[in-house]
Amino acid sequence: MPGPDNNHLRSATISVLVDNESGVLARVIGLFSGRGYNIDSLTVAPVDDARGRSRINVVTSGTEMVIEQIKAQLDRLVPVHRVADLTREGPHIAREMALVKVLGTGEKRVEALRIAETFRARVVDTTTESFVFELTGATEKLDAFIDLMHPLGLAEVSRTGVAALARGIRTI
Amino acid sequence: MPAAPQHPEPLQSGAEVLLRALKDQGVEVVFGYPGGAVLPIYDAIFNQNAIRHILVRHEQAAVHAAEGYARSTGKVGVVLVTSGPGATNAVTGLLDALMDSVPVVCLTGQVPTHLIGNDAFQEADTTGITRPATKHNYLVKRSEDLARVVHEAFYIARSGRPGPVVIDLPKDILIGKAAYAGPVDTHRSYRPRTEPDPAQIARAVALLKGAKRPVIYTGGGVVNAGPDAAAALTRFVRMTGFPCTNTLMGLGAFPASDPQFLGMLGMHGTYEANLAMHGADVLLAIGARFDDRVTGRLNAFCPDARKIHIDIDPSSINKTVPVDVAVIGDAGRAIAALTAAWEADATEPDRAALAAWWRQIDLWRQKQSLRYIQDTAPSAVIKPQYAIRRLWELTQAQAKDVFITTEVGQHQMWAAQHFGFERPNRWMTSGGLGTMGYGLPAAMGVQIAHPEALVIDIAGEASILMNIQEMGTLAQYRLPVKVFILNNQYMGMIRQWQELLHGSRYSESYSNALPDFVKLAESFHATGLRAENYGQLDDVIGRMLASDRAVIADIAVDPKENCFPMIPSGAAHNEMILGVEGEGEARGITDEGLVLV
Repeated sequence: MPGPDNNHLRSATISVLVDNESGVLARVIGLFSGRGYNIDSLTVAPVDDARGRSRINVVTSGTEMVIEQIKAQLDRLVPVHRVADLTREGPHIAREMALVKVLGTGEKRVEALRIAETFRARVVDTTTESFVFELTGATEKLDAFIDLMHPLGLAEVSRTGVAALARGIRTI
Repeated sequence: MPAAPQHPEPLQSGAEVLLRALKDQGVEVVFGYPGGAVLPIYDAIFNQNAIRHILVRHEQAAVHAAEGYARSTGKVGVVLVTSGPGATNAVTGLLDALMDSVPVVCLTGQVPTHLIGNDAFQEADTTGITRPATKHNYLVKRSEDLARVVHEAFYIARSGRPGPVVIDLPKDILIGKAAYAGPVDTHRSYRPRTEPDPAQIARAVALLKGAKRPVIYTGGGVVNAGPDAAAALTRFVRMTGFPCTNTLMGLGAFPASDPQFLGMLGMHGTYEANLAMHGADVLLAIGARFDDRVTGRLNAFCPDARKIHIDIDPSSINKTVPVDVAVIGDAGRAIAALTAAWEADATEPDRAALAAWWRQIDLWRQKQSLRYIQDTAPSAVIKPQYAIRRLWELTQAQAKDVFITTEVGQHQMWAAQHFGFERPNRWMTSGGLGTMGYGLPAAMGVQIAHPEALVIDIAGEASILMNIQEMGTLAQYRLPVKVFILNNQYMGMIRQWQELLHGSRYSESYSNALPDFVKLAESFHATGLRAENYGQLDDVIGRMLASDRAVIADIAVDPKENCFPMIPSGAAHNEMILGVEGEGEARGITDEGLVLV
């Protein structure tokens, strides 16, 4: 049969350039919830004040047919300028940032700091019984760091979600 | 800084700017219902004559009337409702217009901007509520945006795949002074693609030329593309010699009387249309969206066909059915491009194979899948199919242009099967959303647009009660709409499914305590007629058609008649239940099928 493989699930990092108007994020989120698509991560921020544009980065997963449908549905929203499937269109960089609070004293505290150094996490807040680490990187790196912090007194995590750009000279 | 205009116009109120923008958009009629938040607009309407306001009896009906107006004219239908309940009542109509791609602009009142979010009287989060029910919506927060937003809304509603657009208008914006700006037909981010890609057209023609068992399957997109697109389709079908089937929404785009017409396809489509789909080796879909009512069980849909899909909406491509060739563009332009490419290509189509294919189709036609048995004794009970047939035959003798609307259910399917549509824009029905109560207000909108035409709402006794209050609107504007009720005393389609799928347990589907429709008509200043048996039918239809007033014709039909053929839910095209001889054989219904609606 022709057409995309309809069984294999893949992850897609999709960037959407939108007019920075009220309700635009609700349109995107409503599209995902209303049509039953997954959102694994979502970020949004203004990226071009002069032209009033924001960029939404969505990490989603589904069959090839579903992902193509997600892109077409996003592109159909009136305030959307461009939809780019970074996963499909070529190599790209995806990064997120996490703030990780770890509570503890003694050996566990020392171990947390040692691991943080290995991950090149910065200490951005400290007391005698707590650290807040700031860590930037790929989603998997953040996941690994947080997993390691679990037995060492992990108390709270705040993550930004994924920001992503195509490598090389390509732009959205 | 741009230079100031030489003679700056005096600023008008927001409501006046709104009406001026509507006028510049060519709006002649607005369907609406007043309320506190829109009083400034009603005041501005009072002071002008360019735009006519039709006062409906319920906001849902205002949207359906605008849909009927839009679908019978190709223009944008306009609705005006107040905030809160006015807006929420309109939601069903908006979603109906979205599902069936009908261009509508709906103006909703809103509490003043400083009260938004305060749970003010008659406040609703209208843009929030209507977001998934519209193509786009706006909340106008600044007076200076008003004119631009109105023009954008019309452009978005009518271009690309048409749909409803809501403009939410806070009361202070309507009262405050605003500058005017003229219409624009561009948008900074919304740019629908209408021109088909020649490379894809060439691939489509190559497939079509090599076809041995082709079918052309067309939908509402061809109707939306305008009468020229339907004419182009008719030429293309005749030129190719291919069989053509229409969806429910696409009826009229190809003449029903044409020998190449297979009838409607899908759940209640003809045997020949569905079996041709099942047996096709090349399928050309134009302006149709492979709806579940059309495809039946997806993994058995057109199993042997290479598929070409022409649609203006890229999200319709590969949504449920993967296709081999996708053409994004306006149906009319795509058909014109196909025609040109077909003529330019020297390859001869396989005429021998095509002749064999037609012989096969003619065998399927011999099943006469729409057959029914009408007892012709004067006292015999009327078969609903026969009532539609007679209505169709007797309207053919009329000099008037005939427009049909329907409610939703068995009567709708019988109308689609037995009323022959020769031209587009003459058939208004709620296809995607399946909104009971659509037909009467839609007929009202059609009659407003075509005052001289014969407009008939083919209804069921259950559906008609869902917007029966609009009889008042018919009376007020002397609209001679005919309401033709197939009264079987049941929510017939529900009853049919309960019979076939739920062991004849007729749970809550009996139309209990029905009104006397004759007296009901009379109380609304209309004519009421009733046919109880075969012998009375022609007389009632004749009197209905001869009347220059609104008429309700209550036709008592066989309460137990089922609508066949039928593809049971979850079954394939070749697993149809046929009517007269196949009654009750619900083959192919699986547990998965039972879950489907």
